[in-house]
Amino acid sequence: MTSDRLGIRMRISTIGYCLKQGLKNIWRNKMFSLASIATMSACIFLFGIFFAVVQNFQSIVREAEEAVTMIVYFEKGTSQEIMDAVGEEIKTRDGVASVQFVTPEQAWDSFKGVYFAERPELAEGFADDNPLVDYAHYEVYLNDVSLQADLVTYIESLEGVRRVRASQEVADILSNFNLLVGYISIAVILLLLCVSVFLISNTVTIGIAVRKEEIAIMRLIGATNSFIKAPFVVEGILIGLIGAALPLGLLYYLYNSLTGYLEEQFNLLTGFMKFLPVNELFEILLPTGMLLGVGIGFFGSFFTIRKHLRV
Amino acid sequence: MIDLDNVTKAYAKGTHALNGISLHIDKGEFVFITGSSGSGKSTLIKLLLKELEPTSGTIKVNGITLGRMKNRAIPKYRRMLGVVFQDFRLLKDRNVYDNIAFAQRVVITPTKQIRKNVPAMLSLVGLAEKYKSFPRQLSGGEQQRVALARALVNSPKILLADEPTGNLDPKNSKEIMRLLEIINERGTTVVVVTHNQEIVDEMKKRVIVLDKGVIVHDERQAGYTYAD
Ligand SMILES: Nc1ncnc2c1ncn2[C@@H]1O[C@H](COP(=O)(O)OP(=O)(O)OP(=O)(O)O)[C@@H](O)[C@H]1O
Ligand SMILES: [Mg+2]
Repeated sequence: MTSDRLGIRMRISTIGYCLKQGLKNIWRNKMFSLASIATMSACIFLFGIFFAVVQNFQSIVREAEEAVTMIVYFEKGTSQEIMDAVGEEIKTRDGVASVQFVTPEQAWDSFKGVYFAERPELAEGFADDNPLVDYAHYEVYLNDVSLQADLVTYIESLEGVRRVRASQEVADILSNFNLLVGYISIAVILLLLCVSVFLISNTVTIGIAVRKEEIAIMRLIGATNSFIKAPFVVEGILIGLIGAALPLGLLYYLYNSLTGYLEEQFNLLTGFMKFLPVNELFEILLPTGMLLGVGIGFFGSFFTIRKHLRV
Repeated sequence: MIDLDNVTKAYAKGTHALNGISLHIDKGEFVFITGSSGSGKSTLIKLLLKELEPTSGTIKVNGITLGRMKNRAIPKYRRMLGVVFQDFRLLKDRNVYDNIAFAQRVVITPTKQIRKNVPAMLSLVGLAEKYKSFPRQLSGGEQQRVALARALVNSPKILLADEPTGNLDPKNSKEIMRLLEIINERGTTVVVVTHNQEIVDEMKKRVIVLDKGVIVHDERQAGYTYAD
């Protein structure tokens, strides 16, 4: 739009000046800036905890999802080519993690392992005559259980397929849980966003009120609007930065020591107590949290300024 | 330099602060505007600063018709003007140097330039030694000289002063007027609103007298003619 829009025509010294003024704003407006930073920190901290919990839950759910299998049985006398074709077909579908072909021999072996473990001699009677000769099947592993119902319908329509065995219950529970977690995340994050924006907006409003005289003088001297606004935007962004960096640092430390402690204490249940490593968690949490802080700071101050500093 | 053609300003209530004013001020002139309280002097200054819009009539400054100016162009226009007020309007939380440097920052002057210009301005107004003082540590006369330095540091074409000596004793008032004269001699057009009869009489400049929003006298090298 206009050539003197924020940041375009400003010299380095002007940027430095605006930064300094932004810092001064925070300093002069100590109580409110502190309140803003504290609230912002609390919001981002809550967000971080929430994020960590959700991420850990999701990794558990993902593991559970991976354990969900469907079993695809074939009609009597279905040729190996058709079964191979079906296998290839299934692999290409969305939601399928992997496909495992189980031959009649493997099926029989595992059957024997379960039912004749105590009396292997009983199984010997079938030695040359596999009773499960028609029980070649696929084990299909999923990575998205919400697609399971569609997959079942699809696979059942394929040539040679007799039956698909799947537990819709487990799938439903898992996908409902995923949805619920998604909705709660969105709700909590929206709420926190609103509170933070409101606080930043208040701080900047007060900053503008405190500097009313200065702004009037700036106008008379011939300051452009962007020059007048820049320190307030800087103030908002700085509050966002500080308000995000503090809780993220704290979270890093707390998560690291807490998960370490828990894993140590419940050593025996390692299978259960398996947390995401802190670095993996922060790969997403750090940029998201910082962006959230800076974004809230920027928009909170930007729109407040637009409201209060109209020419 | 300044042209007003049939300018009227009515505030909301319908009182005419200015009523059909026409006037011409040349480049390099020194003009006093005087008149009783409420006669419209400050209103005239505000119109020139484009803080207010006239109800009717046209104002031209340095060839620019203010009525046609876009909002976005106002900052650039104001950089052509320097302003001084009765109440100094300095930033209380900044020292003398920073108050003047502030005016240069606002118009995006490189820091190197600022370091040269500010001391030059301070020695012009005779405050070179007090650059570190804060406004509250200065006398009224000194504060007004800082305000003057701030108004001049961006080399304005026109200096507007609304009762610059209103809060000063005679000695300080004379000092400010002497500075305004020096500035005028350097080529800046100077418009001074004042009540100070003594000064107007002494300086023998053009005097425009307003009464109830109308020009009642406009005399070259005049003495003070109070219109009651
Ligand atoms: N914002 C305003 N709203 C309504 N009326 C106003 C406003 N500002 C000034 N006036 C009126 O306009 C008239 C002229 O005011 P102005 O301030 O121009 O007078 P002045 O000549 O500067 O007076 P003084 O010498 O006391 O400073 C006065 O009657 C005043 O009451
Ligand atoms: Mg006045």
